[in-house]
Amino acid sequence: MWKYILRRTLYMFFTVWVITLISFAIIQLPPGDYVTNLMNQMTRVSGVTLTPEYEAQLREQYGLNEPIYVQYFKWMSNIILKGKFGDSFVYRPPRDAVELIAERLPVTFTLSFFSLLLIWVIALPIGIYSAVRQYSVGDYIATFLGFIGLAVPNFLLALICMFITYKYFGQAMIGLFSADIVDAPWSWEKFVDLLQHLWIPVVVIGLGGTAGLIRTMRANLLDELKKPYVETARAKGLSELKLLFKYPVRHAMNPFVSTIGWILPGLVAGEVVVAIVLNLPTSGPVLYDALRNQDQFVAAGFILVLSVLTVIGTFLSDILLAVLDPRIRLE
Amino acid sequence: MDKIVPFSEAGSVKPEQAIGNITTDSHELEVASQWKLIWWKFRRHKVAMAGGLVVLAYYIVALFANFFAPVHFETYQETYVYAPPQQLHFFRDGQFFPHVLGYSFERDPESFKKTWTINEEVVIPVSFFYHGEPYMLWGLIPSDLHLIGTANPEAPFFLLGADKSGRDLFSRIIFSSQISLTVGLVGVTLSLLLGIIIGGISGLIGGPLDNGIQRLIEILISIPTLPLWLALAAIVPLDWTPLQVYLMITVILSLIGWTGLARVVRSKFLSLREEDFILAARLDGVPQGRMIFNHMIPSFLSHIIATVTLAIPGMILGETALSFLGLGLRPPVVSWGVMLQETQKVVVLATYPWLLYPAVAIIVVVLALNFLGDGLRDAADPY
Repeated sequence: MWKYILRRTLYMFFTVWVITLISFAIIQLPPGDYVTNLMNQMTRVSGVTLTPEYEAQLREQYGLNEPIYVQYFKWMSNIILKGKFGDSFVYRPPRDAVELIAERLPVTFTLSFFSLLLIWVIALPIGIYSAVRQYSVGDYIATFLGFIGLAVPNFLLALICMFITYKYFGQAMIGLFSADIVDAPWSWEKFVDLLQHLWIPVVVIGLGGTAGLIRTMRANLLDELKKPYVETARAKGLSELKLLFKYPVRHAMNPFVSTIGWILPGLVAGEVVVAIVLNLPTSGPVLYDALRNQDQFVAAGFILVLSVLTVIGTFLSDILLAVLDPRIRLE
Repeated sequence: MDKIVPFSEAGSVKPEQAIGNITTDSHELEVASQWKLIWWKFRRHKVAMAGGLVVLAYYIVALFANFFAPVHFETYQETYVYAPPQQLHFFRDGQFFPHVLGYSFERDPESFKKTWTINEEVVIPVSFFYHGEPYMLWGLIPSDLHLIGTANPEAPFFLLGADKSGRDLFSRIIFSSQISLTVGLVGVTLSLLLGIIIGGISGLIGGPLDNGIQRLIEILISIPTLPLWLALAAIVPLDWTPLQVYLMITVILSLIGWTGLARVVRSKFLSLREEDFILAARLDGVPQGRMIFNHMIPSFLSHIIATVTLAIPGMILGETALSFLGLGLRPPVVSWGVMLQETQKVVVLATYPWLLYPAVAIIVVVLALNFLGDGLRDAADPY
């Protein structure tokens, strides 16, 4: 067991290292850098062109004219040693990317967590029902709804929810708080208000994952139900309900843990686009703006942190799975 | 470590019914080729058949978009900005007379916004297979035949309404299918090439190389796709031609898409290596290349086709999401995602809900592809 955990931990560190390379590379790829972008913008807005000297000075100031590996090294050592991700170019006065991330990330992960919870709570009973009553009306309905859930992109679902709330409740349920309460200190009303707004993004983000998990649960349970041990237990006179939950369901539950590894990136990705549509104060809109403005440290920081946290989530789910299912450790 | 990948292994439903109870005489069954068995099995899957037909219809419409669309996607009538959908009537006074009803509008004195109402008085005759706007089919064949339209180019004909420039939404949705549907195909082809080559190397050679490739795939899968897509799409320079942007977007989509396919290919190679017929071929001294292309690939091609079909919807949705956010394809190119950009503001959406029609086109084709892929996967192993 410990050997397994050690091996997974080593993989995780390696993965994280590759992700830092990828995040940094992505930000370096666009032609031009923040300074060229800034100059284009100034020329467009006010018709002012900067002198080459000033341009060079700006580059110096932001450390943009050093070789890429030096920039990467500086970036990494600042993150590891000082916990700094580099200043955002956009905000005045300059703010460190880590502040922006710290502001937004908790909401992202709260949303992802609730969505995951919702996925489990919905997919487990429906998946079990679909498998036990295979080819029943309920199974067909569940399968059909599952497919719909897969086919409707979540930003579209967000749009439809927005449309419905706007049409029938008179205001679009965008953001996480009502306008008059957003700056108020935390209170019971604010909490209730949050819950009222939270369900839309949670449902919207969770739906696609739910559909996938229902199908996995159904398929796995169907496989288990055909195995001889089920027949044996039945022959020994175990009641159907007890039989079902004591053995096959426990087996079929494995994907609930193992799929965290791919549901989590899916949730975070879904959250990003849904947040842009619903204008939620999560990482999505900030990342989007940062990418459009080539605000490289903020963009790289977000991609890095989102990916690393996802990797940690996957790592934990792997460990949890190994605890639950000893066969996996022996592989 | 056996992880479950969204569109490959996950949710695979084992074939429940044996092929045996097909009502063909048993001799025919014994000599039937693998593909024939697959087809028989697939044919029994009614929903998948229906899905297949819908997909076929979509691609035919995309291929002959000029014919199916009443007008070109850039044709506009500025008088009819945001005109609501017209209903197609087939009968008038008990006689077959296809027509739509015209509009009249009132202008709000303060906001200058037009409010459209259907005017029962104005009858616009509609004809099928009429000669209208000329076009070049596939840039080669000159024609002016359209499936449906009005003889009078000045008359409004908006079956699904008009957009902010007074362009026909119906025609635009049809032309969009050309982009949206091929993004899926091109992207999947690229993913497939990468997946087969990399997965094949991984599965055939094995050892540390295999280990390295598997780690790389795990890393790529663990990065949330959308931020990565956004980041890559933001790189595309603004001055690129539509074709370059289009290719770039498909490359971006397939950069992540190949991982699932590579895993399927690898696991197939690994399990095939142990099969008796491969051992027999090896003992017969069949060279490596012929072994792969004549013996191994044909035996899992059907699985690959099923996996590929299930990968296309993801690509279509990916392109739509990117274009919707303004980071994918850009006007004047028209795709379903580009069309949906207009609905980003909830006020616009609430006032002109028909702008959401492209979404219906997306959902239907993605559903159909999912049903088709599911049926193919069940039929892929007919034995």
